[in-house]
Amino acid sequence: MLLQLFSRMIQLIFVLLMLSIATFLLMKMAPGDPVLTILKASEGAVSQLDQEQVREQLGLNLPLIQQYGLWLWSVLQLDLGRSLVNNRAVWDLMMDRLPATINLTAGAVIVLLLVSVPLGVVAAKYKGKWPDHLSRLFALIGASIPSFWLGLLLVYAFAFKLNWLPTMGSGDIRHLILPSITLGFVMAPEYIRLLRSGILDALSQEYVRAARARGIAEWRILAKHALRAALLPVMTIFGMSLSGLLAGSVVTETLFAWPGLGSMVMEAIIQRNYPVIQGYVLLTGVFVVTANILVDLSYRLLDPRIRAKRGRGV
Amino acid sequence: MKRISLLQSITPYESRQLRSNPLVWMGAGIILVFILVALIGPWIVPNDPLLVNMSDRLLPPSAQFPLGTDHLGRCILSRIIEGTRTTMSTSFLVLLTVILIGVPLGMLSGFWGGRLDTLLMRFVDGIGAVPEFLLAVAVAGFLGPGLLHVMLAVACVKWITYARLVRSIILLEKEKDYVKAAVVAGSGMWTILYRHLVRQVMSPLAVMTALDVGRFILLISMLSFLGLGVQPPAPEWGAMLNEGRSYFQAAPQLMIYPGVCILIVVFSCNLISDGIRDHLDVRNR
Repeated sequence: MLLQLFSRMIQLIFVLLMLSIATFLLMKMAPGDPVLTILKASEGAVSQLDQEQVREQLGLNLPLIQQYGLWLWSVLQLDLGRSLVNNRAVWDLMMDRLPATINLTAGAVIVLLLVSVPLGVVAAKYKGKWPDHLSRLFALIGASIPSFWLGLLLVYAFAFKLNWLPTMGSGDIRHLILPSITLGFVMAPEYIRLLRSGILDALSQEYVRAARARGIAEWRILAKHALRAALLPVMTIFGMSLSGLLAGSVVTETLFAWPGLGSMVMEAIIQRNYPVIQGYVLLTGVFVVTANILVDLSYRLLDPRIRAKRGRGV
Repeated sequence: MKRISLLQSITPYESRQLRSNPLVWMGAGIILVFILVALIGPWIVPNDPLLVNMSDRLLPPSAQFPLGTDHLGRCILSRIIEGTRTTMSTSFLVLLTVILIGVPLGMLSGFWGGRLDTLLMRFVDGIGAVPEFLLAVAVAGFLGPGLLHVMLAVACVKWITYARLVRSIILLEKEKDYVKAAVVAGSGMWTILYRHLVRQVMSPLAVMTALDVGRFILLISMLSFLGLGVQPPAPEWGAMLNEGRSYFQAAPQLMIYPGVCILIVVFSCNLISDGIRDHLDVRNR
């Protein structure tokens, strides 16, 4: 187990290094000369001498590898540079936006569970009958519908036609409803499928037979034994879903003008605000990679079978 | 997570079963229709998809404009048809690129083994950990928006899954007697790869492709919707939805048709992959 943890940590560091190199290189490849941008912002005419001076100040005359080292050092101190638009520190900017994205993600996860758990359970309970087919059709549509289109349709129906909910912006909880549905709904199919097959697996196990023999009510068996066993694999894809949630949040936040990280990076892309884009890629990359590895580790901890197997094997 | 194993190839029995699944047929039929529309698009468009005519703005459906016109007076049907071309060709090109990079690298890595294999797999693990959309955002963000950049970004990440799949197949096959016999008989590496191993890779590859195409289409149209992919005025479904966004309260037809098209195409892809998944699932149980 300790060995496992150690090798995972090594892998984490390796992946994060790759990520940082990739963002650093992309930043270097971005069109436009940073020296000229800075000089143009401060004065009118730009002389050759000024350019050399600024280049030296910024360390741009150093070899690339040294530049990378310096850059990485400042990143580790959470200094991600300043926004080209309003000169605020990128780190502060992101911390301002983070709570909104967390709210949205939490809302989406609630929608996701509300949709996928009942449908998954019903599909498994009535395997091969019409509720199963219906839940499957639902999952197929959910997997095929573009989230941005679903968002547009929801706005059209609930905000314009019925006038129940606000179209966009943030504020009270009602603003959160449509974005959460948009984001949560399209993630549901994978979970429905997984829950269904997980519950079916569990229902064929000995302990479920034993529970039935003891005369425990069918719904209790489903809720207590089968669902619990099925939730474990769901946890693993939860780590993977994080990247899906982040991807979805870019679309959803843009669509609903939700002031989170996703809409921030879209604005930054349109404004060519490179430091902000870089900050976003680094931050979310660290999130996703770390979450995946944590989930992987916790899975081993949670499932006694895997732990036992490993213990015997080593 | 229970992963579907793509390693076993589809047996003739299963392929017959798959062929008797009406839903798979339906999906394949719909996709064929869309491919056909994409191919003959320029000859069947009723109007010029790029022609702006401000006096014909937001018209309802008529004989001349079967689906009406958009906010710049362009024929919606013509733009949908042109968009089919864009979507189909980009997804196809990305898929082709991914296969052309992933398959040879996976084969060589698996067959040669040794240091090259280790190096490549470390590299692949590294990129594979970065979520695909993040890379797409990064590439589009730094290089500027554009269809080519987005395709590049998607291909950059996706080849990894294919290289991994192919490598694991080769690792299995390499140990089998017929390959050893071929080596003893003096066949060169290229001959073995080309004559014996390529066909082992084919069927799992086809399954994987079927599972992926729908996701490619969704990803590309999403990036276009965000304004990162196809640039206006070029018609693409996601981009059309983006353009029509500010008008959709007054003219819902602007957002209905492109969305329905994406839904139908991706749905058909998913019907096929669902059928395939079912058979693999049964076998894995």
